[in-house]
Amino acid sequence: MVDLSVQIGSVTLRNPVMPASGTIAEGFAEIVDLGRLGAIVLKTITPDIRQGTQPPRVAEFTDATLFSIGIPSKGPDYLLESTLPVYAGFGVPVVASVSADSVEDFGTLAAYISAPGVAAIEANVSCPNLRAHGQAFGMDPEATAEVIRAMKARTDTPIWAKLTPNVGDIAQIARAAEAAGADALVVSNALLGMAVDAENMRPRLGNVIGGLTGNAVKPVILRMVHQVAQAVSIPIIGCGGIANGEDAVEYLLAGATAVQFGTVNFIEPAAMEDAIAWIEAYCRRHGVTEVRALTGAMSPRHDQKSPLQSAVL
Amino acid sequence: MTATCPAPSTAPDPAPAAAFPIADTACRVVSNEPVNAEYRLLLAEAGPAALTAEAGQFFQLKCPPTTLDRPFLRRPMSVYRIDRQNGQIGFLYKVTGKGTRGLSTLVPGDTLEAIGPLGLGFTLPAGTRHVLLVARGVGLATLTPLVQMARAAGAEVTAILSARNPAMVMSRDELAAQGARVIEVTDTAGDSDMAQVEALLRRLHAEQPFDFAATCGSNRLLQLTKALSAEWQIAGQAAMEAFMGCGMGMCYACVLPVTAPSGETIFKRVCREGPVFSIEEVQSW
Repeated sequence: MVDLSVQIGSVTLRNPVMPASGTIAEGFAEIVDLGRLGAIVLKTITPDIRQGTQPPRVAEFTDATLFSIGIPSKGPDYLLESTLPVYAGFGVPVVASVSADSVEDFGTLAAYISAPGVAAIEANVSCPNLRAHGQAFGMDPEATAEVIRAMKARTDTPIWAKLTPNVGDIAQIARAAEAAGADALVVSNALLGMAVDAENMRPRLGNVIGGLTGNAVKPVILRMVHQVAQAVSIPIIGCGGIANGEDAVEYLLAGATAVQFGTVNFIEPAAMEDAIAWIEAYCRRHGVTEVRALTGAMSPRHDQKSPLQSAVL
Repeated sequence: MTATCPAPSTAPDPAPAAAFPIADTACRVVSNEPVNAEYRLLLAEAGPAALTAEAGQFFQLKCPPTTLDRPFLRRPMSVYRIDRQNGQIGFLYKVTGKGTRGLSTLVPGDTLEAIGPLGLGFTLPAGTRHVLLVARGVGLATLTPLVQMARAAGAEVTAILSARNPAMVMSRDELAAQGARVIEVTDTAGDSDMAQVEALLRRLHAEQPFDFAATCGSNRLLQLTKALSAEWQIAGQAAMEAFMGCGMGMCYACVLPVTAPSGETIFKRVCREGPVFSIEEVQSW
């Protein structure tokens, strides 16, 4: 029997697999059993009601997609009254996700949605800070820290900082978030990209720029998880191109405690359930009795083996 | 239409699958043959959940990779045939890109991975007596199962099929076999322009009034059908399409601007609040 449970600060997950924010919705429960997941992460909400960006909103590449959705949001009251009750019955921790245009609004929104049934709040700091000429909060260590401090000051609910990968030194941002009191880091949001239609000479997305996700980005984000793991001691949740159990284990070995599945949910709704079974079988195959022992257990190629690998091989 | 295709059944719906009404199923391909120079018909054996599909609903199909292409996202495809008697679903498609190129490589015995049925299909108002279908191109595929639904509800159906040339008129036999009166208009015959189609629709309505209109596949036909439905004060619906991310209401990529009752323009998801919309709310195809 493999113990698949992991600890993200004060939150215990029965297994390390959860969806990335914005990649499941009410329709998903009609297809798969959400009760088997480690956690349920909800779509980002903003304090205001937003329609999102002009379509087209998605372009497709080999093993990747470019999305620009623009966080359509029905606001915090809809979250509390309509969204939470849908997910309350699965016996799985529910993680809300918030974004805002100002540090103050991040704090206010965190306090407002700190209801029973919200196990943690993800801070989506990849959105533009309207007071910094639209630069994303997450692109600046101090702005990231301010957001986390504002949220921690207004709620006791654990705060997970979801970092943007669109920075030069992700470890610096990670350290700032940790110092500001973040309970965990989600690494990471989507890589900025764009696509042009040569034939009609127009951008392929209504918003011109979007976020690149899907299996193709895995090496980039895996590298970031590895770098962040060297820099902080709070738990890391890996998120980037994870499509199966093997991808998930790679992230755990690189330093993540849990993982988020994103774009693959759009294509293979069973991916997360299949991955949980795969991870369990992997652990059994490697004589690992607790999945948490995999976190950071990657052994250096040119140095001595890690204690775990020495123990099992 | 190939002669070997079984006639669609009007058998009652099987009971919906209990816990998970939408299935992620592996269907077995029965046939996948060209029906004319551009379109192919894919028939597959499907499970009970898939066979609950109604006219206007769609499936998210996994398109197989080829030596040239590796489609990443699934492709939404409206259901063309719901054959509950023989346990089959069918899709009529045109090979236009890497997804449909992949689909065209499927041969009998292969597995077609299909999530569905998805979205909201057509809803006929109770007591509907005469249904008008107006479609062009592959829009006919989406409207075809509506004939089955309307006939089962005791309504008559008149279908206007618009195409570039007679060889491209899809579904003629299928629609006729189900009891629709079929009228073809084509660019080559010179009777498919909007003025002539409008005159035709007005004449048909004068002979035997329509009380429900449905359209798919052409913006000009949508505008005409919308205007006439408003003038005649009859209910109407339009099946819309969009490039989709997930098809399951999760990613919000497939939104379409629609007119809310308040008059403001809002976005609705084609996959979840559609693909069939009220004809008053849609703006353009």
